[in-house]
Amino acid sequence: MTTPNGKTTLLTVEHQTVSYIAGPLLIAEQMIGVGYDELVEVVSPDEHVRRGRVLAIEGDRAVVQVLDGTSGLSLPGTRVRTRGEVARVAVGDDLIGRILDGSGAPIDGGPPLRAEGYRDVNGLPINPVARDHPSEFIETGISAIDGLNTLVRGQKLPIFSGFGLPAAELAAKIASDAAVPSAAGGDEFVVVFAAMGVTQREAEFFRGTFAGSAALERTVLFLNTAEDPAVERLLTPRAALTVAEHLAFERNRHVLVVLTDITSYCEALRELSAAREEIPGRRGYPGYMYTDLASLFERAGRIRGRSGSVTQLMILSMPDDDITHPIPDLTGYITEGQIVLSRELDRRGIVPPIDVLPSLSRLMNAGIGADKTREDHRAVADQLYAALARGRDLRRLVSIVGEAALSDTERRYLAFADSFEQKLVNQGGARRTIEQTLDLAWTLLLDLPPADLKRIDPALVERYARPGGEVEQPAA
Amino acid sequence: MTDTLETQQTVAADLGTIHAVSGPVVTARGLTGARLYNVVLVGHGRLPGEVIRLDAGDAVVQVYEDTAGLAAGEPVVDTGEPLQVELGPGLLGTIFDGTQRPLTKLARRGDDPMGAPMIERGATAPPLDRSRDWSFEPAVAEGDEVSGGDVLGTVQETGVLVHRALVPPGISGVVTHVGHGRLRVDEAVASIDGEPVTLLSRWPVRRPRPFAGRLALDQPLVTGQRAIDTLFPIARGGAATIPGGFGTGKTVLEQSLAKWSHADVIVYVACGERGNELTEMLEEFPKLTDPRTGSSLLERTVIIANTSNMPVAAREASIYTGITIAEYFRDQGYDVAVLADSTSRWGEALREVSSRLEEMPAEEGYPAYLSTRLAEFYERAGSVACLGRGERTGSVSIVGAVSPAGGDFSEPITQHSLRLAGTFWGLDTNLARRRHFPAIDWNRSYTLYALDAWFDDDVATDWHEQRAWALELLQQESSLLEIVQLLGTDSLAPAERVVLESGRLLREDFLQQSAFDDVDAYCALPKQHQMLRVLRATHQTMVDSVARDVPVETLAAATALRDVARMRFWPDADVAAGAEELIERIRRELEEL
Repeated sequence: MTTPNGKTTLLTVEHQTVSYIAGPLLIAEQMIGVGYDELVEVVSPDEHVRRGRVLAIEGDRAVVQVLDGTSGLSLPGTRVRTRGEVARVAVGDDLIGRILDGSGAPIDGGPPLRAEGYRDVNGLPINPVARDHPSEFIETGISAIDGLNTLVRGQKLPIFSGFGLPAAELAAKIASDAAVPSAAGGDEFVVVFAAMGVTQREAEFFRGTFAGSAALERTVLFLNTAEDPAVERLLTPRAALTVAEHLAFERNRHVLVVLTDITSYCEALRELSAAREEIPGRRGYPGYMYTDLASLFERAGRIRGRSGSVTQLMILSMPDDDITHPIPDLTGYITEGQIVLSRELDRRGIVPPIDVLPSLSRLMNAGIGADKTREDHRAVADQLYAALARGRDLRRLVSIVGEAALSDTERRYLAFADSFEQKLVNQGGARRTIEQTLDLAWTLLLDLPPADLKRIDPALVERYARPGGEVEQPAA
Repeated sequence: MTDTLETQQTVAADLGTIHAVSGPVVTARGLTGARLYNVVLVGHGRLPGEVIRLDAGDAVVQVYEDTAGLAAGEPVVDTGEPLQVELGPGLLGTIFDGTQRPLTKLARRGDDPMGAPMIERGATAPPLDRSRDWSFEPAVAEGDEVSGGDVLGTVQETGVLVHRALVPPGISGVVTHVGHGRLRVDEAVASIDGEPVTLLSRWPVRRPRPFAGRLALDQPLVTGQRAIDTLFPIARGGAATIPGGFGTGKTVLEQSLAKWSHADVIVYVACGERGNELTEMLEEFPKLTDPRTGSSLLERTVIIANTSNMPVAAREASIYTGITIAEYFRDQGYDVAVLADSTSRWGEALREVSSRLEEMPAEEGYPAYLSTRLAEFYERAGSVACLGRGERTGSVSIVGAVSPAGGDFSEPITQHSLRLAGTFWGLDTNLARRRHFPAIDWNRSYTLYALDAWFDDDVATDWHEQRAWALELLQQESSLLEIVQLLGTDSLAPAERVVLESGRLLREDFLQQSAFDDVDAYCALPKQHQMLRVLRATHQTMVDSVARDVPVETLAAATALRDVARMRFWPDADVAAGAEELIERIRRELEEL
């Protein structure tokens, strides 16, 4: 067989030369011919086979990361078997509807996978020239996203959450509701769901959401739970994205990849980096974390001449709700925007608790407008942002000087900020079309002084301002 | 395998073997003849890399491709040459990766231009097209004496740019042959003392190209961005840094500069950034026309793209590849702008390689030589007298985006960049969140270039006065807003509330500029001047009105003021008359109150 490097390997070779074991790592000696980043098998004294990856080679020594943990291994009894290939995962249509472990092996008790092929989990970078610019609107049914932070096919958009906030519910709702208006029925998303380090409770939630319903028929579920080995977590998103790329670019499907939780992934990365005694960067995370995360997130997009797409939605729990923590910070620099959940809105019972001011969709402009959503979309969103920012400032001011110190105009902005959150953001479980979202936005804007609608072309005001337009509200 | 046979025939000193592999760093043994920064080919797949350390018998190599699968014992071959770029006609309108591989050519497979959408490992193609020919107009004759920098002849590279074929630096002698007609880049356009000179030349990326002398930085690089040109202009040949947290609009601003800057050539270095953003540029640039030349913007642009998921060592090289190409056009007598987005990703590549070398880290894990490397980059900016006859001048301006961790400007790359760049456009997260774009924070930003004299001479004599007025007003507004935050607007005197009103108009209707609006995206200097004139006159009228005890609310509600917000959509031709008319209308309405 031939490796991607063109090197010919003849046989599987076994070495009984382990000289060091600690944490997830072991060092094997006399490993002549083993390649960097290759997959190896680690055979314990009781003949149990574990998978490992070569993290570094130095002369004939190889540093191996053991995916299934090192407990029970001993220096004399452990053997390392090399096969001359990098980590691969089965791909194909047959994976749809299956539940797999963190490295792609079925755990749903079903038949073995009928793979159409095995692919290197690391993938290859998409040539920027071959990318097609994402511009197809995805209607998620959620006003705060569709109206103000529009998602498009091929985008990568994380949800910045905090512990205890309903990010999983939001992601599950988007995954099950997301449809594209132009292709009603028949052309829905295939969802590839990769759970990394989730608790049993969360795993049950995701199984419950997807399994046993029609939704599973268009879902591939990868589950790496919190009790699974941390290092397997580094493989999980790569396996999921490899499966997704195959479905999108070779089977012409629209794929929505949901990755949760990026924070667990980064912690696994840090754990491994510490075990290797690398020089730590900010807060102990390795200096290459940006590059590592980019190698995942950049695997979203569209390719010219192919009709499929890979859209990524990642859930990220911000430790201590701190958006400047290295994990959300580096993520925000790679992704095309972010949806930020707010603890304050959550406490006030607003569902979903999306704070639109720090949220952003960088690809929104390409996905909205006359032939995609509606011609007034951009202007309405800009005006909402400007008015909300002013209302929020006043809210801070009122807490110091009291409402009496405000002018009439200022009171209207204050009221606008409240009704924006209570009426537009808050929608409970209801699904709104983009038309409904924009109509609702207009009813809010009409409560502002007309002269202040500076960001909207007067002709659009004329056409779309419909006072009192009624939109379904969530039950109190 | 042919590879193996070939390498066995190489001289022993140029041939080594892989000893260790860790990420992008490979240690080779036996390369006794290797020099620092030589390019070597690593492994059976002949992956290119650069020698970055020599340690006894070991050569440490940073590899420009993914190293997965490399094993100890595989061959490493020294090419004997440093990392170089190919220079010549055909650069403009092309997109390269960090080591100058032509990405469009890599995507092609057979007849399908997008047949290979993923970048395969070891894929390679010559940077400049060898099959294309160019119509060469000689400018020398046989028997002429020439030396480095002299123009041998010209090629019309694109509709707007005449490519000047120069005598390579360091070469001089008598022209013994002159080529003419249609020539390919590797055919001789002339011979000097019998040595052929081709359109194609090579230059090591880490060595600055020579010039005759530096010139004073007394002209602005006009950008068409109001917040920049009016408040914090950059000099032609100067350097600017744009730090900003994520979502503050660094890339949109860099792209606006790439579109509208008054430069002959744009070199856009997308260093460790998003693939989709490049796609947007590649789709948009051919359709946009340069307002000054009327031809497509892509025709003056070279893109160096190393997205965040492409190999990290090539990201480190991309900055040098970009600046070397820029210097090449500078030497032909052109004004070039290098837009680097983002220097932080370049710094991180440096950090990653340094940490694999187990070097002692300085601040935040960056190597101690970070500031030296940044200085080497920024100091390649400048306005120069070119080598060669004919008094050519050219310039390279650098605008480097910085992505500070956590949006905190105290981190090393921002701080070192501030020391090196003459202009600082600090992007503010709070401005961005309220969708004030470009989110340039007027309280923190500055320019060190003294350009008022040029603006006064070339645009309007009161330019510096107006600029001073605007900066002063913004300063006053900021101080007053601090009081308002504590005590509310009621606590202010009417005259102070006028400052708040005028400040708001200045911010919303002048400093904010939409990069996505066809008209507003570019604002010519005379229009910037007239818009500011309207704002200043409006402010004065309001000051006079409150002196007559007209309430500020009444003034702010005046209908004529709404048209201030429409100024940005004025066509260039009408600005002077429009400004005159609007000032008059505002004055009349406010005086009647």
